[in-house]
Amino acid sequence: MARIWIFGNDVNTDQIVPGRYAPYMLKNEADLRKYPFVEARPDFAPNVEPGDLIVAGPNFGCGSSREYAPQALKMVGVGAIIAPLFARIFFRNALNLGIPCFTADLTKIVRDGQRVEFNVEEGLLLTEEGERIELPAPPTFMREVWSAGGIVPFYRTYGRFPGEA
Amino acid sequence: MAQTLSEQILSHAAGYAVNAGDVVTVGVDLVMMHDSLSPSIIKVLHEELAADRVWDAERVAVVIDHVAPASNIQTAEKQSDLRRWVRTQGITNLFDVGRGISHQVLVEEGLARPGMVIVGSDSHSTAYGCVGAFGTGMGTTDIALAAATGRTWMRVPETVLVRATGAFRPGVSAKDLGLRAARILRADGATYAAVEWHGVDFLSIGDRMTLATLSIEVGGKAGLIPPTGKAAADLPVPGWLGVQAGAGYARSVDIDMERLEPQISAPHYVDNVTDLSELGRVAVDVVYLGTCTNGRYEDMAAAAQILKGRRLAPGMRMMVVPASSEGLRQASDDGTLSTLLAAGATVGTPGCGACIGRHMGVLAPDEVCLFTGNRNFRGRMGSPQANIYLASPEVAAATALTGYITHPQEVM
Repeated sequence: MARIWIFGNDVNTDQIVPGRYAPYMLKNEADLRKYPFVEARPDFAPNVEPGDLIVAGPNFGCGSSREYAPQALKMVGVGAIIAPLFARIFFRNALNLGIPCFTADLTKIVRDGQRVEFNVEEGLLLTEEGERIELPAPPTFMREVWSAGGIVPFYRTYGRFPGEA
Repeated sequence: MAQTLSEQILSHAAGYAVNAGDVVTVGVDLVMMHDSLSPSIIKVLHEELAADRVWDAERVAVVIDHVAPASNIQTAEKQSDLRRWVRTQGITNLFDVGRGISHQVLVEEGLARPGMVIVGSDSHSTAYGCVGAFGTGMGTTDIALAAATGRTWMRVPETVLVRATGAFRPGVSAKDLGLRAARILRADGATYAAVEWHGVDFLSIGDRMTLATLSIEVGGKAGLIPPTGKAAADLPVPGWLGVQAGAGYARSVDIDMERLEPQISAPHYVDNVTDLSELGRVAVDVVYLGTCTNGRYEDMAAAAQILKGRRLAPGMRMMVVPASSEGLRQASDDGTLSTLLAAGATVGTPGCGACIGRHMGVLAPDEVCLFTGNRNFRGRMGSPQANIYLASPEVAAATALTGYITHPQEVM
């Protein structure tokens, strides 16, 4: 089962990965996996498991354009991010990397550490208490990019950008 | 139908009339990448997209500003690789260590012009709106795709209008207007939207960049100032670009500059803004003047005017990191630089400096910094236990003299 990790409002990309831990600054770039929320929530990186879900307040990912922030979340296998509003560049970077982002406010509905079954295709959460939470369906082009595995495989497969004829 | 500046520019780039909400693919006029993300961009370009060359070597600009000069062997080696790649690609617009911050440099070089679509690997690429360009920040993959294809896709943004009236009172400047807007709009007030700043025709291009860079701090996809007024007189403004009566704005906000006092953004969020008079006494360890938001010649000159003939408060440090070599040269030519040095400030290599907390003035735990930059996020400039207050260059200089956050008029 996936674990829920709750974060607050206006989580910026400096909190997700501080600039000092950019791949540019590292001797071994694979070490990036050790640094998501390294200062903001030091228990995250050592304990997060593939498929775990991030549930946050509005404006998740605001600030810098650093793609290594969502990249670090992808490296540790974050299954999806659920927030009522995403900052634009982060949302786009996450889409490009194929990380599912759902627009919904679950911060008052689920709790940190809670275990859920999550079906990304259906956007469906089943809590261990048996509660069923349906997330609003993302636009078709987003699903297409996710299923291609990100924007680069999408572009290479279809030879066009999303929404383009 | 009347259009916003963003709709006009994206219509021109798409080749047909587009409106807010449309998803479009557009040609880009310029792609900017900096040293921090270039290694990953180049990797995606060659390894994932299998593109041998960028789509147009003359329309890709590479700037080494994020760690300039290199801070350790890793960054030095990556910069060396980047220079080699630039040569192989035949890219002529390489701006190396010391030339300055990408946004300032591309405007100074005349590479960023009104009506262009410019994408950059830096969130503050909204800066290009200072000359009436649609500038937007993107990550590694989007920039690699744009560099490979010369195109990008996006949703045409709605526009949030900030309408300023009147003129600044003494000791108040563009930064205060920008922070006031952040106070009203909040950090997500313009998410997915463009910001247009009206009523600021009297501002220099540099002050317009202060507003354009702060547009991302309210979530803006772009931040445009109409290319009119004295400062824009020499810009090549295309005939189709200009404010149209009846253009649709998602929201408009009015700010009366006659009543505006210095604004301070307190830790740890940019929109945590208060009037300086309501702040109380905040002791400061270091004043940092720099960045694409407020590190230009005019910012140094504004600070020098206050510091002239005086010395920094006992125990105060003041770092000046010019936004560009051109600004530094101007400051050197007219005595601004010697005024700053005589007051006790020190000067670093033009570039991003400690804005990203990597080098050149990183903060220690519990240090308090008065910063003319654009972000006061926890840990932004170093220790997560440090506190960063954002303010104008005028407030920075006044604070450097007294040791606590000070209204410029108190020392003028």
